Amino acid sequence: MRRTVLLAAAGILALTVSACGQEAAPIAVTIKDHRFTPSIIHVKANQPSELIVTNGDDGAEEFDSSSLKVEKVIAGHSSGNVRLRPLSPGRYPFMGEYHSATAEGVVIAE
Amino acid sequence: MLASLLIVFREVLEAGLIVGIVLAATKGVARRGLWVAYGVVGGVLGACVVAAFAGELSNMFAGSGQELFNATVLLLAVAMLTWHNVWMAGHGRAMAQDMKRVGAEVSAGDRTLAALAVVVGVAVLREGSEVVLFLYGIASQGGTTNAALLAGGALGLFAGACVTAAMYFGLLAIPAGKLFNVTAWLITLLAAGMAAQAVLFLQQAGYFQFWMSGLWDTSWILPQGGQSIIGLIGQMLHTLVGYSDSPDGLQLAVYLATVAVIVGLTRWERTNHPRRASMPKPA
Repeated sequence: MRRTVLLAAAGILALTVSACGQEAAPIAVTIKDHRFTPSIIHVKANQPSELIVTNGDDGAEEFDSSSLKVEKVIAGHSSGNVRLRPLSPGRYPFMGEYHSATAEGVVIAE
Repeated sequence: MLASLLIVFREVLEAGLIVGIVLAATKGVARRGLWVAYGVVGGVLGACVVAAFAGELSNMFAGSGQELFNATVLLLAVAMLTWHNVWMAGHGRAMAQDMKRVGAEVSAGDRTLAALAVVVGVAVLREGSEVVLFLYGIASQGGTTNAALLAGGALGLFAGACVTAAMYFGLLAIPAGKLFNVTAWLITLLAAGMAAQAVLFLQQAGYFQFWMSGLWDTSWILPQGGQSIIGLIGQMLHTLVGYSDSPDGLQLAVYLATVAVIVGLTRWERTNHPRRASMPKPA
C-alpha cells in the first residue's frame, strides 16, 4: 500500500516536472529496502534524460555512478532528480553507495 | 563492519589528502595548526547542518540545489587555492630560506592560512556531510550489528586521519628548498581537478550543456573509484591531480584553463613583486 502511494507520488511528481521541460518524460525510480525499482532503466541514446529517484527508506542514500558521472544524495523519505547527460549506446551501472551490496542497477542507453 | 569502514574511508580520503597537503604547504607558518583546526571543526559543523537539511537543499533551485551547492563550494576552494599559490610566489622563496623569520610575519601568514582553512573546511564539509548521513542512517536503526557498523565507520575515520599523516610526512621528506615548489604544483593540480569536478556538478544541474561527449575512457585500466584497490588508487589520483577515467571536453578545457591561470598569476606575481620574493637577509 505504502509503496503504491510512493509510486503514485513519484508519478505525479514526474508528470509535474515533465510539464515544465521539453525533454523526454522523467523516469520514476524508487528505493525501498536499499534496492532500486526498476533496477534496469532504459533510456534513449544520445539525448538527455532524467530520473526522479524517490527514497522510501528511513536513511539517506547516495545515487552514485562514475560512468554516468552522477553523485547525488537522496535523503530518507524524499526524492531528487538525477539528470543524465546524452549517453552513447551501452550499459551504465549505478549503485546506492551507502548500501552497495543490495542497491544496484544499470542504465541501458539504446 | 568492513563495508562501513570502506565507505567512510572512501568519503574521508579526499579530505584527508587535502589536509595533508595544506599542512605541508604551510610548514613554518605560525599558527597554521590552529587555522587548520578551525577548518576541520567548521567543516564538521557545516557537514552536520548540510546533512540535516539534505532534503531541503536538494529541493532548492528546481531540484538542483545539491549540485549547485557542491559546485559553489568547489569553486570557492579553487579560488582560495589559487590565492594561496600567488601569495606563496611572493613569499615562498623567503620562507624556504628562513622559515622562522617569515613565521614571525604573522599578519600576512594569517591571510593565506584563512584561505587554506576555507579549503580544508570545504573538503571536510563536502565529504563529511555524506559520512554524517551514512552513519546517522545506521545509528537510527539501532541494534548490535549496527554497533559494529558504527565501529567500522569510526575506524574508517581513523584510517582517513592516517592518510593525512602519511601525506604530510611523505611531503616533509622532500628537501626544504624544494618542498614549496612541490606543494605549489600539487595545489595547482588539486585546484584544476576541483574546477573540473565543479563542471560536472554544473552540468548535472543542467548548465553548460556543451562539449559533453567523453574524450577517452580508461575506466577499464584505472577506474576513478569502486571497490577494488585499483579503484582506490584511481580515486586518490582523482583527488590529487584531477584524474578522470572518462572526462568530457568542457572538463578538460576547464582543467587546463585553471592550470594556465594559476601558473600565469604566480609568474606575474613573481616578476612584479620581486622584492617580496627575495626579502633582505638579516644582518
